[in-house]
Amino acid sequence: MKNWIWLTTITIAVIVSVAGASYYLGVFPTTQKQKLIVSTTTSLYDTGLLNTIEDTFETKSPIDLQIISRGTGLAIKLAQDGDADMILVHAPSKELPFLTQGYGVCRKIIAYNFFAIVGPESDPAEIQGLTALEALTKIVEAGRKGQAMWVSRGDESGTHIKEKELWKAANFTWEDLRSEANWYVEARKGMGGTLILASERFAYTLTDMGTYLSHSTSSLITLKLLISQEKELLNVYSAISVNQTRHPHRNFDGAINFTKFLVSDEGQQLIGKYGKDEYGQPLFYPAVKLLQETNNPLAHSIREYAFFNGAECPVEYRCGRPELYG
Amino acid sequence: MTLEIIEITLRSLGVSGTATLLSAVWSLPIGLTIGIKDFHGKRLVKGVFNAFLGMPTVVLGLVLFLLIRHAGPFGFLNLLFTPFAIIVGQALLITPIMISFTTSAVESIDPDIRDLAKTLGATEIQASLAILKEAAGGTLLAFIASFNRAIAEMGVAYMVGGSIPGSTMVLTTAIALQRDMANIELGLTLAAILLSIVFAINLTVNLIQKRRP
Repeated sequence: MKNWIWLTTITIAVIVSVAGASYYLGVFPTTQKQKLIVSTTTSLYDTGLLNTIEDTFETKSPIDLQIISRGTGLAIKLAQDGDADMILVHAPSKELPFLTQGYGVCRKIIAYNFFAIVGPESDPAEIQGLTALEALTKIVEAGRKGQAMWVSRGDESGTHIKEKELWKAANFTWEDLRSEANWYVEARKGMGGTLILASERFAYTLTDMGTYLSHSTSSLITLKLLISQEKELLNVYSAISVNQTRHPHRNFDGAINFTKFLVSDEGQQLIGKYGKDEYGQPLFYPAVKLLQETNNPLAHSIREYAFFNGAECPVEYRCGRPELYG
Repeated sequence: MTLEIIEITLRSLGVSGTATLLSAVWSLPIGLTIGIKDFHGKRLVKGVFNAFLGMPTVVLGLVLFLLIRHAGPFGFLNLLFTPFAIIVGQALLITPIMISFTTSAVESIDPDIRDLAKTLGATEIQASLAILKEAAGGTLLAFIASFNRAIAEMGVAYMVGGSIPGSTMVLTTAIALQRDMANIELGLTLAAILLSIVFAINLTVNLIQKRRP
């Protein structure tokens, strides 16, 4: 019987020392660095971009970035409830109410790329070469005939919101489509999981370019890029800080500091370079310099799609930080 | 990358180990009391704890999330998205396991031992300690099974920890994330580590059960 008492003691000792060791190795957050909780869309994190940015940012700043990667919908919800300091999202139509309802301030557009429609190699709905809206019409026709399938994120993420806007632009009602469950499938997963599901089912889906590229090099998906680089498929990422007067307990100064880093030359270069070596093209394009050009048609499209009242952040929501807006 | 794997593994062990110890603070006395004492409704109490053995981790995670978020009743503690939130959540998760194991370990001890201790002049607490000493093997099992459940769970760690890299990412949430990031090799490495830990623990449990009197 004595053996067991010894064994108990040893087991407990091992667990305690492991716990203690990990504590001293700095696994738990230390109080010297101020925490900044960034609630972000999955595409910025799952592609690895934010990891790279975090590494560079933390070497020169007293801020400990804590990144929570969920869809845009949940990112906004966490910030509204005061559980995050800032958000990185890509759904202008959801960002505007976030500002006007007084939750968010100091919005800055940080990057853009394009959404893409991807699908099976055989392309049963014959959409290659069409515009995005024509393609969606074709997919619905083929779907109703039982020749094609569509997988939707179905999770109120930025990509899902974009998908709903595209259906509307193509004269379909999303609510009607989702009832046609024999060809319209809701994944309710992150982008990675949705791509895998679409690949397994030989279905079409809407994806952000970054996540698609980072997955296409793995053996997990066999989906082919069919339509992208089109004005209709523009994808714009912005950073919004949580309003200090609404949630005084949040780290507002930290949020502004990180926003400044993201739009700085260094931050923008990091964004523009990321993925170039691995995928042959950057996963995201920096937006700050582009938006300063007045005659660039792409800049014009971004303004049309993601500006509110002609500004990336209307004056009343800049909360005394005009330096962010040149 | 290797450093990250070590960090995540250490954090998993540390968080779940601390949760096990924390849970023992209340679970051992409760389990011991239920095992030793005869009281009205004892079967009901045991039934309730047994029912909670199968607590789905996401359910507990969701409830805890609602309690500790800023707008929740315990929001002032600022626990959300910290390792301590996971520790508390896992400690609660494994409480029924630890209580049930301790109770049955104590009940399997011959009741004469307690009476004997008392006739030899032991106080109530001393007699209880004597029983716990006799039930050491079973109590150890309670610790191991609890730790096992804690380190393998994902719902609580995901919901209240948030799987923040460098702060609250543990083995289970890291494995899920690697799938979403299409890093299958890293995901498999982490899975192998988690499996090794769980297998090693189960092996220990088997050894103990075999050699138990």
